[in-house]
Amino acid sequence: MGMVGQSLERVEDLTLLRGGGRFADDLAEPPGCLHAAFLRAPVAHARIEAVDVSAALALPGVTTVITGADIARETKPFLSGVKVDAPQFPLAVDRVRYVGEPVAIVIARDRYRAEDALELIDVRYEPLAAVIDPEIAAGDDAPLLHNDAGHNVLHERRFRYGDPQTAFAEAAHVVETTVRYPRNSCTPIETFVVLAEHRPGEDTYEVTANFQGPYTLHTVMARALKVAGNRLRLRTPPDSGGSFGVKQAVFPYVVALGIAAKLAGRPVKWVEDRLEHLAAATSATNRVTTIRAALDGQGRITALDYDQLEDCGAYLRAPEPATLYRMHGNMTGAYQIDNLAIHNRVVVTNKTPTGLMRGFGGPQVYFALERLVDLAATRLALDPMELRRRNLIPGEAMPFTTTPGAVLDSGDYAATLAKAVREGGLEELKQRRTAARAEGRLYGIGYAAVVEPSISNMGYITTLLTPQQRQRAGAKNGALATATVSFDPSGAVTVAVSSVPQGQGHRTVLAQVVADELGIDPGDVVTVTDHDTLKDPWSIASGNYSSRFAGAVAGAAKLAAERLAKRMKAIAAPDLNVPIGDVELVDGLARSISNPDNVIALVRVAAKAHWSPLSIPEDAGAGLRETAFWVGRELREPDEQDRVNSSGAYGFIFDYCGLEVDPADGSIRIDRYVTAHDAGRLLNPALADGQIRGGFAHGLGAALLEELAYAPDGSFLSGTFADYCPPTASELPELMILHDQSPSPFTPTGAKGLGEGNCMSTPVCIANAVADAIGKPVLTLPLTRPRVLELLGESEPADPSPPRPAIITSSGNGHALKGNGSHIVPASPEEVWAVILDPDHLAALIPGCHNLERTGENAYRAEATLGAGPVKGRFTASVTLRDLDPPRALQLSGSAAGGLGTATGQGEIRLTPVEGGTRVDYFYAVLISGKVAAVGGRLLDGTARGVINQIFTRLADSSQSQTEPKTETMPSLRSRLPRWLGGAP
Amino acid sequence: MKPAGFDYARPDRLDEALAVLAEHTHTARVLAGGQSLGAMLNMRLVTPKVLIDISALAELGHIQADDGMIEVGAAVTQDQLLRWPGLKEQPLLAQTLPWVGHYQTRQRGTVCGSLAHGDPSSELPLVLAMLKGAVVLASQRGSRTLTAADFQTGTMQTAMRDDEMIVAARFPLAAPGCSSAFREIGPRRGDFAIVAAAAVGDQDGVSLGIGGVADTPAIRRLPWLDGAGLDDALNTIAWELRGSSDGHASAAYRRTQVRNLGRQVIGETQHALFNR
Repeated sequence: MGMVGQSLERVEDLTLLRGGGRFADDLAEPPGCLHAAFLRAPVAHARIEAVDVSAALALPGVTTVITGADIARETKPFLSGVKVDAPQFPLAVDRVRYVGEPVAIVIARDRYRAEDALELIDVRYEPLAAVIDPEIAAGDDAPLLHNDAGHNVLHERRFRYGDPQTAFAEAAHVVETTVRYPRNSCTPIETFVVLAEHRPGEDTYEVTANFQGPYTLHTVMARALKVAGNRLRLRTPPDSGGSFGVKQAVFPYVVALGIAAKLAGRPVKWVEDRLEHLAAATSATNRVTTIRAALDGQGRITALDYDQLEDCGAYLRAPEPATLYRMHGNMTGAYQIDNLAIHNRVVVTNKTPTGLMRGFGGPQVYFALERLVDLAATRLALDPMELRRRNLIPGEAMPFTTTPGAVLDSGDYAATLAKAVREGGLEELKQRRTAARAEGRLYGIGYAAVVEPSISNMGYITTLLTPQQRQRAGAKNGALATATVSFDPSGAVTVAVSSVPQGQGHRTVLAQVVADELGIDPGDVVTVTDHDTLKDPWSIASGNYSSRFAGAVAGAAKLAAERLAKRMKAIAAPDLNVPIGDVELVDGLARSISNPDNVIALVRVAAKAHWSPLSIPEDAGAGLRETAFWVGRELREPDEQDRVNSSGAYGFIFDYCGLEVDPADGSIRIDRYVTAHDAGRLLNPALADGQIRGGFAHGLGAALLEELAYAPDGSFLSGTFADYCPPTASELPELMILHDQSPSPFTPTGAKGLGEGNCMSTPVCIANAVADAIGKPVLTLPLTRPRVLELLGESEPADPSPPRPAIITSSGNGHALKGNGSHIVPASPEEVWAVILDPDHLAALIPGCHNLERTGENAYRAEATLGAGPVKGRFTASVTLRDLDPPRALQLSGSAAGGLGTATGQGEIRLTPVEGGTRVDYFYAVLISGKVAAVGGRLLDGTARGVINQIFTRLADSSQSQTEPKTETMPSLRSRLPRWLGGAP
Repeated sequence: MKPAGFDYARPDRLDEALAVLAEHTHTARVLAGGQSLGAMLNMRLVTPKVLIDISALAELGHIQADDGMIEVGAAVTQDQLLRWPGLKEQPLLAQTLPWVGHYQTRQRGTVCGSLAHGDPSSELPLVLAMLKGAVVLASQRGSRTLTAADFQTGTMQTAMRDDEMIVAARFPLAAPGCSSAFREIGPRRGDFAIVAAAAVGDQDGVSLGIGGVADTPAIRRLPWLDGAGLDDALNTIAWELRGSSDGHASAAYRRTQVRNLGRQVIGETQHALFNR
């Protein structure tokens, strides 16, 4: 019995569990290695007026400071998938376009010192209007991110397959919805690591980075560094702390650190920290989709019409806009739909650039399509599962070419659906729903049917070009995968692949695949998982992405092992004295099939090939090493009708779940979640289930918890894992996994990818179930408890005692603070007015004020140390007073900047004489961005209240001290003034 | 995420610690478990010149019950208190501690450190306020005891002076015939609470404590109410506290959860007292 198909234990785990993993940060640093830290933009959009690095350079231990000007001189802009005039470099050159964009690099003896120096770099920004919402950004009068591009929409194309217009005109029903898929990320536990050296004698860069591919980006990096590919030696470490696509985005840092090493003249290492990662590493695209379906009277979908507005962040970073085109062949989902229209637009906004992410394009498409299918079912009063069943591509049609061109390789979707219904206990869930609803509880069932593509066609991105443009540019196609298998002189087998494992268990599965071909024990196979672009075979499609391992990479290993097995047989045949066709490899032996007693140990066969190369048959070849390149023959370039087989293999998933919504707090309890997969042949079922569970966890996070949130001004609000909330074990329900296995005819192993599917199916399946439970449409994610309660739409009981005595109240979303309140000050309006307009008095009112100077009529500049408790920062503020109406009212506006962040705001103060003094009413609106907005949003409001309270306490005290100096128990203002002014924070 | 430079002092005796604190008033921070301070140091939100590590001070490692109080020294971790056999004498504390952070953070995070940090969403300041407990502050000038209400003054703000540190917290033991309940809601288990609610009831009525809504824990005493009467009382409290909006929840959601969790903890307390 073969090893493939068995749940072998992972060979990786013993070492990893004992702490023996060799991750990027574990690798030895070369002698003299320096450390880099990045200065990052605190604001979303600004022109860089000046960068003064002199103080940073003067700090002992700091070697070099690199700015955008250096990078612009040393590198070429990165290539991207769309040719537009929107150049991008690893550092901002004259403008910052998102919070967290690198602005400068400090290279120092250690990271601590480098971060000390970051605080000494003085960057003067001229703020520009930021645009965050893709729909606003796509407007003709939106603030431009890239002036030379002329518009924020950097790519637009319309596609038409069949005759959608007629189909819609003749439809019995047309349904439409607009959904918004949010920004999220897969947040691997290991962040980016880059260790770069430059050898000036040969102008060669040697870089070790936890890069994951695709190796198309090697070309992008080498070009940016202005060297040929063989002068950028890129190595990857043996172990990875996860990637899920994310580590693709380390590539700009490979270039940045290469230049850093060149300019510093020493090796330089950089380890990204979590703050940097969440703010600026990469993200999935957020997408606004308006989708329409035409249906006939029987519930058959006759046409689909997509309008997709894809938000790629501030730059179209390679390989974007691939997220939009990865699914192109699959835009009809799991359904046979003959007519299709697609309108694609890609827009830039002041957010972190997007990139590869587990699910890549799938979650966005299926959130629209599968929500729409549910809406159609509601419209037609059909069971949502029944409507899906009526539209599924029939099993007998396989391989089936979809309307936009995907060649679906195998599967019987209806059979998998039926199996899921039967074995997952759908009827039981329906009974539970009936029972729960009878009690008035909110129980819902949701479904999702999904085709999961794997093994990306290197040509799919060219679908964004017109056929004429493609013809000029030349065809791009295929999906080269590479593997090398060898016998050493001791007879031991080693496998190397041009993939970069990220914890999935490549070594285990490769051992299984190769062991079967060579008739050996998988435990005797050693797999090398680090990669070196100078020494190891690779190609542009190399790397670990698009779920290409099981089908393509393990497939290449199988081909290499097959060839090696053939040669081993050829070498053994003369010694066994039988024809080659009578030799089999089994149990570590070459054995005669006709006479199983006639054997020779494979170690002897191998030894002979090494020690006596002249003694083996000439046609057995020399050297026991085979490298196979698998290309994926079906992966042709897009045709003239823009049909594209965007991936090499396609799995099928049918998910459903039953869940209950608690109307008291909006929480969602998942009663049961069933996921049925047909991913072709399973090479190792235990590892397959592990992949499915991981994809489900990411999918559940996207559905319920995770969002990279930005404020309208571009402030980043999800700077730590307290605000960006991936699920933990406590949040994950038990998952029921079912399998069918329809082998792919197109991959050597018969396997398809399966690690991304639940990222595509789970978010919409849960959204559908919630919509079913609450009877309202779900148009965006994540379904956090507050958001679910909002959807339920129950109004809260009124405030029983308005108007309340004035207290400071404010409302905002963490970074946008708005507040108002009032205080009674025991002094006349004139006296209060005098205090407010007197710089000395004003200074005394501001807690932690170091100095306050008048810079013009009614304009002030102040330095103050502000904060809450131990969190204090020094801010420089400029404030202007206007619309002065003494002693009744004034307006103020201003801004403050400091190491903790920046604030801009305005306010109003009104003085009204009342019995016992003056009522001071005030209103303020402040926008806060930078570090505190990203990591402390939860606490900003209370902090602002604390500071304002202090100001009014002081105002009351100071006015009192003027009016009633004798009865004052506290030291008078005049005696306190010097202490405040000169005092320590 | 590397802290700015600081001097590190790890004294063996409390008087040494207080001497270092007196010498570096304004520029020193006391480090116990570091579960909040460590992150703030790494993010350079705080940049003390001197860090005084009190985690090894044997004088602050005690948990003892006398005078109707559980006194918890400033070096005692949340996990140590959770495992302390006498904790059953204060059921509210026992009910609440499992909600403080995660198993891992409770191994290092201290009870008094959480009080000193004064996060408006923290569970332990809420419990201390509910139980009318106190903190013992010490400096070279002497020591003083502040009630919970006097101690925490705002978001991450306390009445502790710059030369003072918490040496112990005192949680009154449960009075006979009381019952208590605790609930909270956050994005995930172990996260900062969006709203936390605690109740302690006796024959005459119930005290309700709410965390996460106002800048400091809010405690209200209510008679036993049912139905619409309780609804009205909770609605009044919700609107008094008002709450604010952040990335996790709106002020309205917080008020809704004051009503919802308030009703739950009061109901549980009532049930335990009268339907047993």
